[in-house]
Amino acid sequence: MSAIEGLETAHHHDTEHEHHHEAPNFWQKYIFSEDHKVIAKQYLITGILWAVIGISMSIVFRIQLGFQDANLSWLKPVLGGWISDSGKLDPNFYLALVTMHGTIMVFFVLTAGLSGTFSNFLIPLQIGARDMASGFMNMLSYWFFFLASVIMFASLFIQTGPAAGGWVIYPPLSALPQAHPGSGLGMTLWLASMAFFIVSQLLGGINYITTVINLRTRGMSFDRLPLTIWAFLITAVLGLISFPVLLSSVLLLIFDRHFGTSFYLSDIYINGEALPNVGGSPILFQHLFWFLGHPEVYIVLLPGLGITSEIIATNSRKPIFGYRAMIASMLGIAFLAFIVWAHHMFVTGMNPFLGSVFMFLTLIIAVPSAVKGFNYITTLWRGNIVFTPGMLFSIGLVSLFVSGGLTGIILGNSALDIQLHDTYFVVAHFHLVMGAASAFGLFAGVYHWFPKMFGRMMNNTLGQIHFWLTFVGIYLVFIPMHYVGIAGFPRRYYQFTSYDFTNKFMDMNMFISIAAIFTFVAQFIFLWNFFYSIFKGRKAPQNPWRSNTLEWTAPVNPGHGNWEGELPAVYRWSYDYSKPGAKEDFIPQNIPYSQTLESNFPHENELIATEKAIESQNFNDQFKNAH
Amino acid sequence: MYIIIALVALVFLVLTGVVVARLQNVLKSVNKTDSADAAPSGNKINGAMFIVVLIIGAIAITWSYLHSREYFLPAASSIHGRRVDDLFWFSMGILTIPFIIVNFLIFFFSWKYQYKKDHRASFYPDNHRLELIWTIVPAIVMAMLVFTGWKAWSDITSDAPRDAEVIEITGKQFNWIVRYAGVSDNKLGDYNYKLIDPQNEVGIDLSDENSFDDFTNPSEMHIPVNRPVLLKIRARDVLHSVFIPHMRVKMDAVPGLPTKFWFVPDKTTAEMRSETNNPNFDYEIACTEVCGQGHFSMKMRLIVEDEASYKKWCSEQATFLQTYPEYLAKVPESLKAKAMKYIPAEAAAPADSSSTGGAAGSSTSLR
Repeated sequence: MSAIEGLETAHHHDTEHEHHHEAPNFWQKYIFSEDHKVIAKQYLITGILWAVIGISMSIVFRIQLGFQDANLSWLKPVLGGWISDSGKLDPNFYLALVTMHGTIMVFFVLTAGLSGTFSNFLIPLQIGARDMASGFMNMLSYWFFFLASVIMFASLFIQTGPAAGGWVIYPPLSALPQAHPGSGLGMTLWLASMAFFIVSQLLGGINYITTVINLRTRGMSFDRLPLTIWAFLITAVLGLISFPVLLSSVLLLIFDRHFGTSFYLSDIYINGEALPNVGGSPILFQHLFWFLGHPEVYIVLLPGLGITSEIIATNSRKPIFGYRAMIASMLGIAFLAFIVWAHHMFVTGMNPFLGSVFMFLTLIIAVPSAVKGFNYITTLWRGNIVFTPGMLFSIGLVSLFVSGGLTGIILGNSALDIQLHDTYFVVAHFHLVMGAASAFGLFAGVYHWFPKMFGRMMNNTLGQIHFWLTFVGIYLVFIPMHYVGIAGFPRRYYQFTSYDFTNKFMDMNMFISIAAIFTFVAQFIFLWNFFYSIFKGRKAPQNPWRSNTLEWTAPVNPGHGNWEGELPAVYRWSYDYSKPGAKEDFIPQNIPYSQTLESNFPHENELIATEKAIESQNFNDQFKNAH
Repeated sequence: MYIIIALVALVFLVLTGVVVARLQNVLKSVNKTDSADAAPSGNKINGAMFIVVLIIGAIAITWSYLHSREYFLPAASSIHGRRVDDLFWFSMGILTIPFIIVNFLIFFFSWKYQYKKDHRASFYPDNHRLELIWTIVPAIVMAMLVFTGWKAWSDITSDAPRDAEVIEITGKQFNWIVRYAGVSDNKLGDYNYKLIDPQNEVGIDLSDENSFDDFTNPSEMHIPVNRPVLLKIRARDVLHSVFIPHMRVKMDAVPGLPTKFWFVPDKTTAEMRSETNNPNFDYEIACTEVCGQGHFSMKMRLIVEDEASYKKWCSEQATFLQTYPEYLAKVPESLKAKAMKYIPAEAAAPADSSSTGGAAGSSTSLR
């Protein structure tokens, strides 16, 4: 470990370890860094760049849907040949935009950008570790993601356009280049990019799990872990189990495309010729895809819920209500996430009995989700709420999570799904519950931990304005979209004028598009606030939100190794806010019960006896014994 | 439209007001010194915003729902469709209750329990009885919804009645082709994708005698009213999905894996025309599984008519063999005599003598 900066100064007591370390150069420090905090920032910045690209794409197709007669020639400098001479968007490129928007937002922004950022940043800091279990694997994880990003980005610029079969890339459309231009080189690059992305996720996930299990500091038992860490741990387990299945489905698709196998292909006649493939099943792909695809929804959402739990407790100045119930409901959601995938496939022609089973399992998920919702509300109840931007986005997340989740109960009902499947009702549902809710988790996390990341504060007022514009904007976009869905509008339609039953609601679609543009523009407030504050923000105090978790005991700008001197020991859970009798309204995790006699409960006084033992443990400090 | 613009304008106006108010507040607070127990900046205004957004949001959602209702699909024209509709609105009704309660509580608590100086939050970490209540109540509601949904689902997906009118619908890039069993034997003939060619678009296998009277149609589907209709659904190239919005029918079309859906239409096109006061009303069949460039325009007309006119329409259709007599060459020798019945007399002679012609593929079934 050569990059331990700032640690030497603190090691007064073991001078024999104090050999001279060379300061890491620029490349080691910022590019090929093994420091979890730098890797987290790399994930965050990459995620933000992808978000700008992904959301811009949605704006282009929202313009197409809301203003069907609009002349889009002004987009020619960006989109070039995809805009026809008469100023119309190419229908093939429309599908490519929809596909890439989904892929980018789900995988690159909300999986890598959210989980990658905060798992990396918070796990070592909140469990009291110097770094991840393997800094090198962690670095590899980012650079595999970067490679995946480069390939996906390159696919936007090829002649035949990027992948265009929907983000779910159902074969045979995605398997047959003759079926759609996007299924040519664009799909090849998509598959290659995703393969690397999965490698990146697995490297990251193994690291998160190992770190949480092995590197918790003295006294940090599982029942004292902040809910953020629980959420990241469960997310990583979900990813570790489900992403390999996506890799296998991707590999089989690559075989079908390039090596003449028939895993997904059968009985196909296209472009005047009957293909020789028989015996495959396109439905097999859907089963494999959704075995990842559904847990993926929770991979995206759970970190947001974990972040929210932490922020709502801190800013309500109250312990999170039902800590154990929150963990149990996350475990329940995670378990159920693996056995509900076929609710995406009610009308694929699979056995109706299977549909009944999956409907039943799907609706059970509503129960742990409801528990989470109610627990958040009870945490707000009789609190003393401080509306930091992070808190506002957390409250917004709960609202979006509940509003979007409720329509999931409709869609999980197979009988109702017959009519609503692949309509805008579905689009509205998952954008609220998974897209916007997770994005709110991301915003909340950035606002809340920005001081720890960059040692500076973001502008509070701009953050609050950003919240209200985004929150209102999201509802303005997606509530009307439910109406469009109930009216039967199918998704992934280039335009709605081909049918009588969709040749209406022009105003509504225009309204949705305007609201989307409005919300998109509001995000520039965030971008400006974010980048400006990195350089010019007000200097942050050590614990700006008066929070209990360990990261706020580290220096304002922690070096590699996070704490100077010894790692902090942990004596209590992280939710001792507004404890009766205590002087302050928060008691950080590293304060022993022996120092807070005035506020201890009887069972906590008994724990004082164990403090000596906790203090003398030191299993996990990599930097203390290793060299 | 103007109302919507007005609404948007209103929202913008309110937000602008808020921004201005906030800025003034910021300017004021610049002069104050930062003391530890000063109220966090903007707390009051953000608390108030929750109430403002709650009230405006409630009005906007109610109004927009009432406004949108007239654009929703008319009542379903099939028996199971109305059941599904009832179930949908019933479930939506049930779910509106937690939607309102939960959002109200989130917004109201945020406002009510906003930061107050010298106030202390309650230390309230758990309550097992409360948790039990809000585990069990959703579970019971879910059980009820699951049960009603499951009943409907198993009825809808049960086997079609024996007297159902069987119609085959095949999706291809980018249109639908329907095939009828024909008026003489009322049985769909075999098919094989290897027999597909520009004329024989769905791969009718003419070595099966049931296919001799089959007829196809690439632009409209006719079905009889008040009788079960069983759609046998296939795809030729990529995934498609049969969607008949007014019938609440949807089922994917999968290459290599035939699917089915049955329903009972009980309103004719004519009845719908008078009911909706729209002389141009037509039932439509759409595609809801992305299938390529023309996905958004895979339209087929659906005509629901009474039994008599349906029968009449069927009998007027030219069978496949009538349209393309040269395919007689594909009929095995032993069945030629039977097939001849379906061939117009003048075409029969030349067709009989011609050889396999341009059509490729073997008639021995591969299945």
